[in-house]
Amino acid sequence: MREEIITSGRLNPHIDPHLEIWHWQIPLYLFLGGLAAGILFFAALYTIMGKEEKYPGAVRRAPILVPFLLVIGLFALFLDLKHKLFFWQLYTTIKFMSPMSWGAWTLMAITPLSMIWAALHIRDFFPKWDWKYDILKDIETEILKYKVHLAWVMIVLSVILGIYTGILLSAFNARPLWNTSILGPLFLTSGLSAGAATILLFSKSAKERRLFAKIDILLIVIELFLITHLFMGFLASTSVQIDAANLFLGGPYTAPFWIFVVVLGMLIPAGLEIMELRHVKIPHVIPVVLVLFGSLMFRFIIVYAGQMSRWLY
Amino acid sequence: MRYAMAIDTKKCVGCSDCVVACQTENNVPIGYCRDWIVEVTDGTYPQLEIELRSERCNHCDNSPCVRCCPTGASHYEKGGIVTVTHNKCIGCGACISSCPYDARYSHPEGYVDKCTFCIHRIGKGLKPACVAVCPTKCMYFGDLEDPNSEVSLVLKKRKHKTLIPEAGTKPQVYYLI
Repeated sequence: MREEIITSGRLNPHIDPHLEIWHWQIPLYLFLGGLAAGILFFAALYTIMGKEEKYPGAVRRAPILVPFLLVIGLFALFLDLKHKLFFWQLYTTIKFMSPMSWGAWTLMAITPLSMIWAALHIRDFFPKWDWKYDILKDIETEILKYKVHLAWVMIVLSVILGIYTGILLSAFNARPLWNTSILGPLFLTSGLSAGAATILLFSKSAKERRLFAKIDILLIVIELFLITHLFMGFLASTSVQIDAANLFLGGPYTAPFWIFVVVLGMLIPAGLEIMELRHVKIPHVIPVVLVLFGSLMFRFIIVYAGQMSRWLY
Repeated sequence: MRYAMAIDTKKCVGCSDCVVACQTENNVPIGYCRDWIVEVTDGTYPQLEIELRSERCNHCDNSPCVRCCPTGASHYEKGGIVTVTHNKCIGCGACISSCPYDARYSHPEGYVDKCTFCIHRIGKGLKPACVAVCPTKCMYFGDLEDPNSEVSLVLKKRKHKTLIPEAGTKPQVYYLI
């Protein structure tokens, strides 16, 4: 029997009895960032493939949402900072070893890019849109010439953004639950799945919806595969990682994780999408909302549970 | 130069003098602490063994907090001391999450704070406040690269350990056992 206690009464706020330094802002941002990455990825992909006319929901319509997602996400990040007036220090340096540093720079690049992309397609929502000033019109025609190049930049940045939301956490070896390299691909897949689901909502053609329902089902299968590997990896690892896995296998996060993330956020929407593909009439907003809800819950649970997992010494 | 601390778990009585000295010396806000006492009880009654440890930032050689800091606010000073530049810190909490020892906290003024090995004192040739005040003289501080420093000599003589070396941080606070 071994008991270890802090006797001097250390009770640092947000540190003891267990870490609680990150609250709703971080998981909300991770969700919005992942979703934005997912939408931009497909928009860029189908532009590069020359299928803009075939899949306008993905290329032209859904990306209108992205600047809003990123700005809300950035605002949430800003709210999380405890020394807010110094936020600009992020942009005085590049630290390659710090995921948060290159994440901040990626956001700096992808946010204006997403605004440009949304502006290029604004007439899909407001057909009578007029840029008024000649200079803006000239800029638009000039940028349109390089749209495919823009798409290439966007696809690279969107993958970095999607994967970074996971790597941000996996870089912390002090929190055994986060310290797994699978978290990067897992969050990327989850972001792509949320992106595909959102495109379903913006798409007007049944053909495009069928494609994105198929893509979403595939991504959910990949997610389930990665989650299985996550737990296999933990259970085959050191005692601290076995403890981390046990938070979800009998511990306090068992019910929220398996019910909200896996069943409601993955299995049920995948089932509904399969039924839709087989021409059963289901309002497609239901699986979309479930996927988005599952994706948000997934970030919340991982961020909060990760702060509970620690080394014991 | 490589500053390090050695703490004798056989001599420490867990009086918390080091904690109070640190809070006073460094103006640590009420309700917070940069160092603390851990009591480990091993065994089954009546065969019990107690270990007392005064703990703080380990000023690791491979500090995860310095690595993950996005602005460079967390950095190494001369002698490997890890400190935080207040007006560079944005209070993102990355370093707090990255520390396996939970040695950092968010200061009420917003920046992240932690033990500095009393860098302002050692510059003047004084010992850190916790070391200077310890009534059982169970703490040793000095330069590991100097073979004749107090800390080098005691580490040569005594068996010692560090905390969670398996976390790969290369901690520089040694516990004599």
